[in-house]
Amino acid sequence: MLCSICKEKAATVHLTQIVGDKMQKMDLCEDCAKAKGINDPTSFGLADLDLVLGLGASQQIEQAAGGVEVKCPRCGFTQADFKKSGRLGCPECYQTFAEGLGGLLKTMHKGTRHAGKAPEALRQSRDLSDRLKTLQNKLAKAIKDENFEQAAALRDEIKAMSDSAATAKPAK
Amino acid sequence: MKDIHAFLSPPAEMARRHGPHDRIVMSSRVRLARNLRDAVFPGWAKKPERVRVLELIRPAIESLPEMKDAFSEAMDSLSALDKQMLVERHLISREHAAKSTGSGLVFSRDETFCVMINEEDHLRMQALRPGLQLRQVWNAIDHLDSELEKKLDYAFDNELGYLTACPTNLGTAIRVSAMLHLPGLVLTEQINPIIQSVNKLGLAVRGLYGEGTEALGNVFQVSNQMTLGENETAIVERLEKVLSQIIEHEENARQTLLEKKPKMVYNHIGRAYGILANAHSISSKETMNLLSLLRLGVDMELFPGAERSFVDELFLTTQPAHLQREISDKLSAEERDLIRADMLRERLKNVSRPVAKPRGEGPRPDKTSAV
Repeated sequence: MLCSICKEKAATVHLTQIVGDKMQKMDLCEDCAKAKGINDPTSFGLADLDLVLGLGASQQIEQAAGGVEVKCPRCGFTQADFKKSGRLGCPECYQTFAEGLGGLLKTMHKGTRHAGKAPEALRQSRDLSDRLKTLQNKLAKAIKDENFEQAAALRDEIKAMSDSAATAKPAK
Repeated sequence: MKDIHAFLSPPAEMARRHGPHDRIVMSSRVRLARNLRDAVFPGWAKKPERVRVLELIRPAIESLPEMKDAFSEAMDSLSALDKQMLVERHLISREHAAKSTGSGLVFSRDETFCVMINEEDHLRMQALRPGLQLRQVWNAIDHLDSELEKKLDYAFDNELGYLTACPTNLGTAIRVSAMLHLPGLVLTEQINPIIQSVNKLGLAVRGLYGEGTEALGNVFQVSNQMTLGENETAIVERLEKVLSQIIEHEENARQTLLEKKPKMVYNHIGRAYGILANAHSISSKETMNLLSLLRLGVDMELFPGAERSFVDELFLTTQPAHLQREISDKLSAEERDLIRADMLRERLKNVSRPVAKPRGEGPRPDKTSAV
């Protein structure tokens, strides 16, 4: 069996790790294993991202593409480039390669949805859409409960809020 | 162009900056990565595009109040020695030191804030302070970032957060880290199990200069790895919790060493002093490892009259680029080893050899750090 990194020397280091419900296997030659810092198996996780990025990620992207080469329409970055560098080409690449990246992000991070800071302009529109959603849920419940007086009030509130959002400068 | 050597604070002054728990926590840092919405990431961008981005970002940073009287320069106008000095001060990464045309940096008068332009991302901004001050550095860089977002159009996605060149930084794009001096845990051989359990909590432990560097001088850098799915405050708080435990373990290890193996500790520290004060050729690696023991000796009050800042200053001035700066440019590694030894002998002249306390009467840790 050949090393999955250099594809030249015989693989003597074999790694298996279960991430979530998926098993990941890697076969490396001694030199590549050393280069990747896998001398001490106890302190190593496939989630050590160099490795996942170098191999797992591009494999996932390739699989998602069904063998067809995906290329970013904005910057011309391809999955082969990703395989080489472990980096993406431009912000739009995240849409281009979204399918393949989804699973990868799951193994890399605590979650797949951003939970932190947002630029102020977006923060406002995000808050607004959150508030709208809450109101719409309340409205649906009011209608279901046949509480039409409350439903009418909620409907007016929602309308006022969407109108003011439409007239406000749209977030970039 | 400002003269970088005149601009940087003298090492003696740097070493005297204090912070909470700085007996063990040498510094706290928070770094944020940001990119522009309409530009290709630096690693994939062609030179003209990188230059365009640099020219767009640099004035925006210079205009921030935090950057009043800042040092601002394009990387291609700095010499290799200048760049190395900035690495030794933890102002830029080794990766950024290798950059040239189309990359730049801006750092504040007091070296607390530093922004690298076109490193791996368009913007890598950090706040750095001595001692354990994670919350303070997060608040400081958060504020700087909020000011900057009014001037630049960031690449941000509601689902994925701040978009970064490497998917590992996606989301908050934050790296919270602390530099720790842990000779006690190394001498008691507890460091590996501790690194492993810290790793299990999703935190990374690295050497002195970050990714892929070894832990010279018993200095370790602990930082978060995951950036998506958790907010900044939660990440800062998790790191704070882990750090307070590491601090406690280190204090306990030092106490245990003094109680159970005082001869071993005195032997290490005495030999370190002996070599540093008498060598005629010494590498920077050996220097760091021995200075670490000297620092431990100061903490244990084995060098009456000597202060920790004295050792911390030497930590910086014996580094290759700082050493060359003090003497002259263009030295070979061998020549540097000679000059380094000369400097150490000279500086240690006024430090008397360590006192050994009788068995069972080891010095007590100072009051502020009592567990």
